[in-house]
Amino acid sequence: MNRDEIKDIVLKYVIAEYAEDENDEITFDTPLISGGIVDSFSMVSLKRFLENKYKISIPDEKASPEAFDSVNKITDLVIEFVG
Amino acid sequence: MSYSDKNRAIYQAQLKELQDKGLFKQERYIHSSQAADIEVEFPAGSPIKKVINMCANNYLGLSSHPEILKAAHEGLDSRGYGMSSVRFICGTQDIHRELEKKVTEFLGTEDTILFPSCMDANAGVFEAILTDKDVMISDRLVHASIIDGMRLCSAIHDTFKHSNMEHLEEKLQLHADKRLKVVITDGVFSMDGDTALLDEMVALCEKYDALLFVDESHSSGFIGKTGRGTHEKCGVVGKIDLITTTFGKGLGGASGGCVSGRKELVEMCRQKARPYLFSNTIAPVVVSGVLKVLEILSKSTDRRDKLEKNTAFWRKGLTEAGFILKEGDTPIVPVMLFNASLAQNFSKDLFQEGVYAIGFFFPVVPNSQARIRTQVSAGHEIHHLEKALEGFIKVGKKYEILGKTKQEIIDRYGM
Repeated sequence: MNRDEIKDIVLKYVIAEYAEDENDEITFDTPLISGGIVDSFSMVSLKRFLENKYKISIPDEKASPEAFDSVNKITDLVIEFVG
Repeated sequence: MSYSDKNRAIYQAQLKELQDKGLFKQERYIHSSQAADIEVEFPAGSPIKKVINMCANNYLGLSSHPEILKAAHEGLDSRGYGMSSVRFICGTQDIHRELEKKVTEFLGTEDTILFPSCMDANAGVFEAILTDKDVMISDRLVHASIIDGMRLCSAIHDTFKHSNMEHLEEKLQLHADKRLKVVITDGVFSMDGDTALLDEMVALCEKYDALLFVDESHSSGFIGKTGRGTHEKCGVVGKIDLITTTFGKGLGGASGGCVSGRKELVEMCRQKARPYLFSNTIAPVVVSGVLKVLEILSKSTDRRDKLEKNTAFWRKGLTEAGFILKEGDTPIVPVMLFNASLAQNFSKDLFQEGVYAIGFFFPVVPNSQARIRTQVSAGHEIHHLEKALEGFIKVGKKYEILGKTKQEIIDRYGM
């Protein structure tokens, strides 16, 4: 699976999961956690979604707010574990 | 001296930042008992002004009810002022257990444990019943005290979109492998005044073998035909695993709270909940007052019936005047103004008109959702509501928002 496909899937999930209304514009580089779109609690479902979708296991120490702060960064993380 | 000029300057800067951002909270001093008519000193040092209170949680008008005052006096005389101990050492009187039994009966649950406040109940309950093998799945608009309680618990936490049952079901499926799943919601949401879909939530929890937790602080005593709460309104009495509620709002308005529900869960709180273990419980004088509150409410539905009529009158009056309200049928009636400055100025002008109601804006509510939150009481008479309505209409005309759409108000005042 290439990077662009993963990016698109992650972005689609993030919009469906966290956008409150049509005015919330979320792109590949939008700060998700530092921008207040995803709270630290809600990272849990994102982590579990990625693990289920890509059959990977992301250790808690790797699932930091920094690593989840944009779709691009999340994609980097997924690629690291998908190999 | 450890409180050096450098340390002081740090806090002075933080407080100034709150002031600069318009987030600095100021208390209004009330010189009378809590009631529909109150006497307020605001700002501090100003002459006392008589106003109609439209923002108390005094839903049933029981805060200064003579029978409750009498019961509290009797409790003070017979059981004293304080316990000077936590419950499990020597801080439990017969009336504490009596109140737990009466609350259990009132809410239709299996058992109840008292806490110093509902904030404490919510802070202690999750940690007492869950471990890191479990998951808490909460509505995104639950009260701050629940969020604090979840932060203190080792179970993982996820959220679902406000009252979105499809999203909740997805989350129950996502976390199907967890040992215990607890779905968490408010019964009535304090900022919007809307009601949780408890019947649908019960069905989902049964389907996915999850526990259901409901905070009934803005419901107990008046929601449902006999005022038992949102679970009565939704036809699911006996099916809620955990209810927390407060005695600081509709049920007398003094203080205290509880966890009520399945007996094993309540017993776990008695063994492990830290606010219960490490803090005195509700003072005997308040326990005596709450016992009388439950007696009054169990005998008659007059007060919740009056509240329902007052709420209908208030919502109709504001709607006909051309205000935009959050839809609903609870006594929490948010008047939407969308802009934070407008909400603050509107509240100040209302006070001059003899109406006490507070503006709420970001971060308490989402951006562009600023509002005046009004709360109706059975302590209001129609003349109170008519006068308050006159005040709202006068100020609404001043800002030219009556009959205007959300977009028109935003175009004029900004988000």
